[in-house]
Amino acid sequence: MTVRQISIFLENSPGKLQELTNVLEKYSINMQALSLAETTDFGIIRLIVDDPYKASTVLKEEGYICSMTKVLAVEIPDNPGGLAGAIRALGDNGINIEYMYAFITKKKDVAYVIFRVEDNEKAIKALTSRKYRPMCQDELNQM
Amino acid sequence: MERYYQPEIECASQDQIRAWQDERLVKQVKNVYDHVEYYRNKMKEIGVEPGDIKSRDDLYKLPFLTKEDLRTAYPYGLLARPLSDCVRIQSTSGTTGRRVVAFYTQHDIDLWDECCARAIVAAGGTKEDVVHVCYGYGLFTGGPGLNGGSHKVGSLTLPMSSGNTERQIQFMTDLGSTILCCTPSYAAYLAESIIERGVRDQIKLKAGIFGAEAWTEEMRHDIEEKLGIKAYDIYGLTEISGPGVSFECSEQTGMHINEDHFIAEIIDPITGEVLPDGQKGELVFTSITKEAFPLLRYRTRDICVLSREKCSCGRTHVKMSKPMGRSDDMLIVKGVNVFPSQIETVLMNKGYPANYQIIVDRVNNSDTIEVQVEMTPEMFSDSLKQMSEREKELVNALKAMLGIYAKVKLVAPKTIARSEGKAVRVVDKRHLY
Repeated sequence: MTVRQISIFLENSPGKLQELTNVLEKYSINMQALSLAETTDFGIIRLIVDDPYKASTVLKEEGYICSMTKVLAVEIPDNPGGLAGAIRALGDNGINIEYMYAFITKKKDVAYVIFRVEDNEKAIKALTSRKYRPMCQDELNQM
Repeated sequence: MERYYQPEIECASQDQIRAWQDERLVKQVKNVYDHVEYYRNKMKEIGVEPGDIKSRDDLYKLPFLTKEDLRTAYPYGLLARPLSDCVRIQSTSGTTGRRVVAFYTQHDIDLWDECCARAIVAAGGTKEDVVHVCYGYGLFTGGPGLNGGSHKVGSLTLPMSSGNTERQIQFMTDLGSTILCCTPSYAAYLAESIIERGVRDQIKLKAGIFGAEAWTEEMRHDIEEKLGIKAYDIYGLTEISGPGVSFECSEQTGMHINEDHFIAEIIDPITGEVLPDGQKGELVFTSITKEAFPLLRYRTRDICVLSREKCSCGRTHVKMSKPMGRSDDMLIVKGVNVFPSQIETVLMNKGYPANYQIIVDRVNNSDTIEVQVEMTPEMFSDSLKQMSEREKELVNALKAMLGIYAKVKLVAPKTIARSEGKAVRVVDKRHLY
């Protein structure tokens, strides 16, 4: 019930993001979602891609430092309060969200949220008890 | 079983060593006084004559030589033999703009080679070994010194010189190199490259002799573990001969100085006063067997400690500690003495690679120090919180070691220039001198 996210270390200086996107283009890696967290010196790019293993392999070959993390991808209704309900489910169960980001796809009336939490199993339980369904990698790949 | 290249010398009694030193020193002082006008004038200035030096106990009476003297007397001012007796020169890298040229007679080269042979045998070298020398050849003493030593031992010598890592690894695997000689930073780089290429099981290295730059115990363990070897330190300087002035034995607790050729003293770098064994100070050498370029009381600028404690290897020559810093390497930041080796120790303790760069600058009349560290897969995390915690940990550890705040900057791997010769560890942008 989790999906694999690729996180990449990038220096926070002109041209670095471009170099990375060039690599993704070169190896035809398709991104479904992206988030960038930055400090003054460096940034961490987090990606949800169609083939995380291929992405991780080619990035390492190209000299990037990256890691693969299991995160939750949750489908939520695309209307006001849709996100609030999911976050409430986590908060009510004392689950801290390390970081999160959202994306939409071609599918109508729904949006998707990536949650990074300490304990995936606990979070899955909390979400499913409120009818929120974390997706697995295959479902995500088929989108 | 410890093996020696010249056991009768390396394990001689203290009395014997002293007798050699007394006799050779007296002769050398007279020789220098007679043939080197520059030094004769220095002696006259303070009213010392060769007759005043009757044994090594009188050494303190002689004037010091410094790098400044070598520059002033450049190129022939300190030569004690006619140029026609000389067969070779070697020169320092001149990174500080002060190139030093040293001259050698054939006899000088033979003795130098023997010193290096002692180091190779101490590291387990025999005529069955394949000695892979990737110190630079040419003016730099590293390559020629170990090359000559390896010939004396009778090992198969690979005169690789520095650079071209691809070729180094290929020769290493194809020809079964067993002893690696290079700078420790290049050894660390080679180790990484060998592991990266997945050829670790194809190399036959058993020992490494690493010198010509500062390195820490942590770096030693790192290289030893990665290459599956025992790593030995070697010390030397062009002014005195080159590598092999001192070398490490199996005990790995300091380097035996070849006292039959060099008399070592430790002095207070400020007062010039000779300090007793065991005290930290500047290392001073007197070369008592050199023919062409004999330096008396040459100040190395290396800070270290001498120890005459009995060594388990059986060698009797005095041991010097790894230099704890160079007075010209030492940075004064916000009035505090900072040695790059201190920063290296912190990095290795915290699991970061030894590849780093220190940037010192002056902003609004106040010194700043930044330590650039390469990110590793082990230290990386997808969580910014964890990353900043690690960074903070490093800042605190640096502060505890240095006593001042140093900014830490995490950079992408392989972005800090890896020299294949001497590593550029410090960039001082203050232009104070």
